Amino acid sequence: MTGLLPARVIGQPLERADGMAKVTGTATYAAEHPVPGLTHLHPVQATIARGRVSAVDTAQAEALDGVIAVLTPANAPRLASTEDPELAVLQSDEVAFRGQVIGAVVATTPEIARHAAGLVQVSYVEQPHDVALRPDRADLYAPDKVNPAFPTDTEQGDVPSALADAAVRLDQTYTTAWYHNNPMEPHATIASWDGGDLTLHDSTQGVTAVRDTVAPVLGVAPERVRVICPHVGGGFGSKGQPHVHLVLAALAAKAVGRPVRLVVTRQQMFALVGYRTPTIQRIRMGADRTGRLTAISVDVVEQTSRIKEFAEQTAVPARMMYAAPHRRTTHRLAALDVPVPSWMRAPGECPGMFGLETAVDEMAAACGLDPIEFRVRNEPERDPETGRPFSSRNLVACLREGARRFGWAHRDPTPRARREAGWLVGTGVAASTYPAGRIAGSSVTIRFGPDRRYQVETAAADLGTGTWTALRQIAADALGVDYAEVDLRIGDTALPPASVAGGSTGIASWGSAVLDAAEAFRDKFGANPSEGDEASGGMPDNPHTERYAMHAFGAQFAEVRVREDTGEIRVSRLLGVFAAGRIVNPRTARSQFIGGMTMGLSMALHEQSVLDQRFGHIVNHDLAEYHIAANADVAELEAHWIDEHDPYVNPLGTKGIGEIGIVGTAAAISNAAHHATGVRVRDLPITLDKFLS
Amino acid sequence: MNPFEYRRATDVAEAVAAVAERPDAVFLGGGTNLVDHLKLGVTRPGRLVDITRLPLDRVEPLPGGGVRVGANVRNSDLAAEPVIRSRYPVLAQALLSGASGQLRNLATTGGNLLQRTRCVYFQDITTPCNKRMPGSGCAALDGYTRHHAVLGASPQCVAVHPSDMAVALAALDAVVRTHGPAGQRAIPLVEFHRLPGAQPERDTVLDHGELITAVDLPAVPATRRSAYRKVRDRASYAFALVSVAAEVELRDGEISQARIAFGGLAHKPWRAQRAEQVLRGAPATAATFQRAAEAELVGAQPLADNAFKVPLARNTLVSVLTELTELTGATEPTQEDTP
Repeated sequence: MTGLLPARVIGQPLERADGMAKVTGTATYAAEHPVPGLTHLHPVQATIARGRVSAVDTAQAEALDGVIAVLTPANAPRLASTEDPELAVLQSDEVAFRGQVIGAVVATTPEIARHAAGLVQVSYVEQPHDVALRPDRADLYAPDKVNPAFPTDTEQGDVPSALADAAVRLDQTYTTAWYHNNPMEPHATIASWDGGDLTLHDSTQGVTAVRDTVAPVLGVAPERVRVICPHVGGGFGSKGQPHVHLVLAALAAKAVGRPVRLVVTRQQMFALVGYRTPTIQRIRMGADRTGRLTAISVDVVEQTSRIKEFAEQTAVPARMMYAAPHRRTTHRLAALDVPVPSWMRAPGECPGMFGLETAVDEMAAACGLDPIEFRVRNEPERDPETGRPFSSRNLVACLREGARRFGWAHRDPTPRARREAGWLVGTGVAASTYPAGRIAGSSVTIRFGPDRRYQVETAAADLGTGTWTALRQIAADALGVDYAEVDLRIGDTALPPASVAGGSTGIASWGSAVLDAAEAFRDKFGANPSEGDEASGGMPDNPHTERYAMHAFGAQFAEVRVREDTGEIRVSRLLGVFAAGRIVNPRTARSQFIGGMTMGLSMALHEQSVLDQRFGHIVNHDLAEYHIAANADVAELEAHWIDEHDPYVNPLGTKGIGEIGIVGTAAAISNAAHHATGVRVRDLPITLDKFLS
Repeated sequence: MNPFEYRRATDVAEAVAAVAERPDAVFLGGGTNLVDHLKLGVTRPGRLVDITRLPLDRVEPLPGGGVRVGANVRNSDLAAEPVIRSRYPVLAQALLSGASGQLRNLATTGGNLLQRTRCVYFQDITTPCNKRMPGSGCAALDGYTRHHAVLGASPQCVAVHPSDMAVALAALDAVVRTHGPAGQRAIPLVEFHRLPGAQPERDTVLDHGELITAVDLPAVPATRRSAYRKVRDRASYAFALVSVAAEVELRDGEISQARIAFGGLAHKPWRAQRAEQVLRGAPATAATFQRAAEAELVGAQPLADNAFKVPLARNTLVSVLTELTELTGATEPTQEDTP
């Protein structure tokens, strides 16, 4: 790797290639594909949180006109593999969480299927369930690793002594709520069998991953499964791995011998498609009199499901954010009778940086330092965990640039000092970070077409993020041609395989493969190819991966208003500055950043899945009761980035921007709320009652 | 969703008869609440009688200066009526603070009064609820109660009424006009909704088949000031934690007339008569407002998650009264749900 691909089309704020199709309603989403002979499935869900299905009476449902089949554990086809308990649908009568799929109705219309599902009578043998996450549980355990493959615990130096000796100490517990991904498009699948061949129209972040995951579950060869998904109405991680509905649709289609469509309802999403675990983060810090951290300790308690482990890597960002000679992080899990947790935008960093960045704000105040200055003083020269240099680290530049743009310089640090017409006003700052990674496994084919255009093909995904546009921009520069000379095809396993759109790795991974394929194409055919010329490439290994710590950084600034008499809280201003390598398309990038920040605002003020421990389910399971920030909650919102040149991350110099926008936002808002009111809210969400006395 | 028969009524008598003759028949207005309930299985009517084509969509002056609002007038249209904006700002503000623009375009005046609680247990047929299934128990009582009642609840039900519009109408002394199998009647708004008592399944005093045809607003003197303030968990598209509808008239720095209603606190729009008694004839001062609020809220009985509603209701009422009595002119409804 000798330098970055020169940017010509890269860096231009091109309009979305798929924009016209989307705003005119012609872009086809998973449930909208016309499939002849389609039938419709509605699941039957468990109304107990633990136990066994003892009897299912399907007579009433089966008697309805239009009902084709009622599937239960007793009559459902067997799966080839039940190794993944989340996907092993209708394979046993055990109930592991409330809302689990225990049956399904297939009918000629969705309405009949839904009606019939309500007529299925289920009897249970109930067992006591346990869904209470508490830090003092006796059965907390250390997982073997945390998502995706980080060590569970780390320890350097002597934390207890360093804390004991510290001039300034902090020992606080921060909690984040239980969160559910709520993309606008619910999860949906159409499954059609043609003999032994299966076609799946699915709303997914990775068609290749879907194929490779469900093929062994269903007992078919991957090459006999085709997954198609040109457009996704948001995923945020919840469509990163196949969930139960996908297997259920395929299983049901097999059983009835007709194509089956399953659209997950909003309420069902709260049980079936993953969520972010609540976290309890005990953070201890020690600093010397000059405000230099001597010790950082983060102990996290969170949950997973009894049937399948997912360990959110909440303490991981504390391993690399700030310098301190003595450091420790731990993760402990409670395995509960709850649905299976999974990825949600920035797993680990998102909840972890709420605790860490709120604690840093508290430490800065305790040390009598401006929170920006405190962060600058604790900026590490190398990755504190590995000792490797950073491929680039521009946190300080983001903090300085953000401070300049936000007008931080004249801030009076005194809490509760500014009042405007009955509102207390405050400002706060927090840092953002996200790893700059890539995922192996993508291939790209480039073909010179009859119309003298270049066809670029890979099974990548566009979740609304801009892949249709950005990857085409990369291909244009990689081939040295105009954007208009490139055609892109993505979202279909008939194309060369591609890694999942997750971990902010999409553009870096697929883009590297595009570049490799373009180089292969030019090597083979030169600048004047003939019709039908074709070359392929993959993602080359990066020798720098083992030498450098690679992360994106950012700084977020918030202005918050809290009504003195009612505690109502509004974020009147949010400004983020990011250092995320090269930006491929400023228009779609800005959308990613402000989308992440808005989701962070939503996390700070609104989002909370409320568990009723008696029943074991989320009671506010719809968009009227599970609050997501509405337009009126978002006032001034700005995202900027600094020009960052990183020659090590990949040949494109990109770091991935899908997730960093949500990281740190909640802490910036919480810190601003403290500045406004003098009240430190350590438990999200920040609701008005926390300011009322 | 259960299958049901759908009928479109062309006149009031026909609509009433079509519902009255079947115990499982219901009226369908804008459908913004009922259709959700059909999907969720919260209600399973055998017949829907669509009343949206009935000629009940006018806002008309009444002799004596009042206004008659047809039951089918859409919430968004009513909020935009010049006579409502100028003479009943509390009502325009309440309407605009409810739901979303899309829902307000569909929701009707009659339907708004008849919308049912958003108690999460009422809306989930897998949990007990005395309102949905009498005798099954109240899951909310020992459950998630952030949004529940602090006034007038019963051991059978702690749900709150979700309407904003109805709270303003309670403060305005509006009258609900109905046409039922037994004839027509006029029901004062404050008597229209019930407290749950031992029969939480009954939200209102309406009989089966009794159709709301209009809501009458009494005449208001030009000197009256009114306002609606809603406090909620996000800036728009959320139900009230607490809301206050208030009308006051001042004479020489004294409050000569006051009408107050709270939303978000009870099973019905809560007309605050104790607070009104304190206010009438008292000086328009912060201390008076505070006393009025305390008088009304002294009997509040919070649940596990909603003790904050008591100081919140107190502070909101004090704030609204302060703003109203400091103003020199009538308030204008805001266009949008901006903070």
